[in-house]
Amino acid sequence: MLQTISLLVENKPGALMRITGVLSARGYNIESLTVARTSDPHLSRMTIVVDADALLRQQVVKQMNKLINVLQATDLTDTPSVSREMVLVRIRTVQESRTAVLKEAEIFGGRVVDSSTDGFAIEATGAPEKLDEFIDVMRSYGEIEVTRSGLVAMSLEARKLRLQPPVLTGAAKMEEVAK
Amino acid sequence: MTMLMSGAKMLLDCLAREGVDCFFGYPGGVTLPLYDALYDHEIRHVLVRHEENAAFAAQGYARATGKVGVCCATSGPGATNLVTGLMDALMDSIPVVALTGQVHTKLIGSDAFQEADTFGITRSCTKHNYLVKKMEDLPQVIHEAFYIAASGRPGPVLVDIPKDVFQTQGYYTPVTAIHLPGYKVFTEGHTGQIRRAAQLIVDAERPLVYGGGGIIASGASQEVREFVEQNNIPAVLTLMGLGALPSDHPEFISMPGMHGSYAANMAMSNCDLLIALGVRFDDRVTGRLAAFAPHAKVIHVDIDPAEIGKNRNPDVPIVGDLKRVMGKLNRFVAEAQPASKPTAARQAWWKQIRNWKEEHPYIAATSDTEIKPQHLMAEIDRLSGGEAIIATDVGQHQMWSAQFLRFNGPRQWLSSGGLGSMGFGLPSAIGAQFARPDKLVFAILGDGGFQMSIPELATVANHALPLKIVIMNNGHLGMVRQWQELFYNNRLSAVGLETFPDAEKLAAAYGFAGRTIDKPSELASALEAAVREPGPYLLNVKVSQFESVYPMVPAGAAISEMVLGPPQPVAVPK
Repeated sequence: MLQTISLLVENKPGALMRITGVLSARGYNIESLTVARTSDPHLSRMTIVVDADALLRQQVVKQMNKLINVLQATDLTDTPSVSREMVLVRIRTVQESRTAVLKEAEIFGGRVVDSSTDGFAIEATGAPEKLDEFIDVMRSYGEIEVTRSGLVAMSLEARKLRLQPPVLTGAAKMEEVAK
Repeated sequence: MTMLMSGAKMLLDCLAREGVDCFFGYPGGVTLPLYDALYDHEIRHVLVRHEENAAFAAQGYARATGKVGVCCATSGPGATNLVTGLMDALMDSIPVVALTGQVHTKLIGSDAFQEADTFGITRSCTKHNYLVKKMEDLPQVIHEAFYIAASGRPGPVLVDIPKDVFQTQGYYTPVTAIHLPGYKVFTEGHTGQIRRAAQLIVDAERPLVYGGGGIIASGASQEVREFVEQNNIPAVLTLMGLGALPSDHPEFISMPGMHGSYAANMAMSNCDLLIALGVRFDDRVTGRLAAFAPHAKVIHVDIDPAEIGKNRNPDVPIVGDLKRVMGKLNRFVAEAQPASKPTAARQAWWKQIRNWKEEHPYIAATSDTEIKPQHLMAEIDRLSGGEAIIATDVGQHQMWSAQFLRFNGPRQWLSSGGLGSMGFGLPSAIGAQFARPDKLVFAILGDGGFQMSIPELATVANHALPLKIVIMNNGHLGMVRQWQELFYNNRLSAVGLETFPDAEKLAAAYGFAGRTIDKPSELASALEAAVREPGPYLLNVKVSQFESVYPMVPAGAAISEMVLGPPQPVAVPK
């Protein structure tokens, strides 16, 4: 079963490698991964979809929470959350099908972002399964090329984010003791 | 106050501010500026003969003192040679800071001479690591590295520093605070859970403490001792936990696990309450997990939340620093009222444990014709009297040492537990001797591991370290041979170490004393002479070649299914 893990991480070099390392060290393959900055430019939000052994899922999230650069790792698999994915489809289609393609795209809430004599480029957003269907339908009209964004997810429960306060350095502590 | 200085000088000043008095390393091209700054710096640098041993020596220093051990290597091969020592420190939760040189920032990524992606390579063998690209970041990073290495669950931290960062001049501004918003250090355990634990403890009929390296890392020996004494609860200590309670302590049973004692393993298998303190339910301790402590409720105290429920789901999880948790637990247990006083059951439990101890103690073999390895360990123990620092390598000699040597306190037993790295013993003994020049330090090694660390004899000689290097020489990679004997029809494949240097000549080549013995009658006097020697001593003890370590829990078996002795007389292969 696919697991969705949401992480809030420091925007620092190596952070991504550490997080994916927790998965690769256990032989897990990442199904999808999205990363982007949050409203705070020092932080990034990451959504990882992975096919992890249910027994080891907790362990994986705990190990991620241990990483210095991770502020919070949350397992969204069984908690109320919304998730969305975006797809860009380029479809080459014959003149006769153009109207039908546009109609179908409309049904899926798709939006044409480019149009040429060869066909269209269409964007659509939704749950991954919906996008699968959309892609299948588009394929029936002609040759397609697909780019998916990977899942972005958000918990619907307010989770308290506990940030650690600054601590004195060993040297500063020693000086304080000396005083 | 503000003096213009190089990054290299600033780094050394930061080390001094962290209380580092000596570190272990090996110079190279990109660390030239660092070693130049070292030339007139107060910090002592110990030149080892291989970078891997710098990491092990730093560990020996850290294990013997609890302070952060520091090692240093150049870029490329220097850094990659540290990897085993860092992984070893990670597995055993030992605080180490590793400093590595890196090629000039402008050359990074160009496959420059002696370039390696140290940051990437060491990601999975460190608790955290850094690549410092600007000199201004250096002091902050160094202080963070020490804080991360020593706090929470300790571990190794690597800082990779390009050559130009060492060379850039700048002003040091003191770093007073460290802000790592995502680094969670759990110290206080949950009071409600500690109360629940206290209630389980007073109600238990067959309680048992299962203590490990966490007791030593936390400095909680005293609190754990109070706990077992006040409640008269028997305790087993893992390989990593040896010394957390004095070996002669009446509540201490012995070590459990694959080569643990019959009594310890039977106690684990029959207790009704397992009080797990700073342990991680390692497979070498638990045997087949499904059959481990099958009747027991489990209280698990650990500072690392990821250890809770990793291998065994506890009934009472407590995440916190053991020293603080035990302080509270001791108070709560004293206050708790048992549902019904389990006095008679507790007495029966102790009686049962004493019986197990008497039924099958460790096999203290001796012989008139050959030196038995167990005899060797017993003799070293006689001379140590529980006071010496013992560093071991990995294999049979390590297990016999764990079985037969006594420790009066923590930080006397230095052994590679989790990773099981051969070549650990001699360099870690060197680190320990630098940290504790007042102490008698034994390096007990197998003839295999010793040959992995022979280069460090030069370091020993160089500093005239009064180390007592004792080789338990059975002419084989003994532990692998034992498994081949037991599980591979005694088809001994690539385990014979037929060639071994003449110990006396080898030691003499380095300018110190050495000797080879093979008669039981020589053992006591030879060891005494070694200890009397003011300088280093290399004692090569030829022991029985085909002795195996027992008890033994075969891989995949429950720990109650121990093999207590050799199955049949073993034919000596031609």
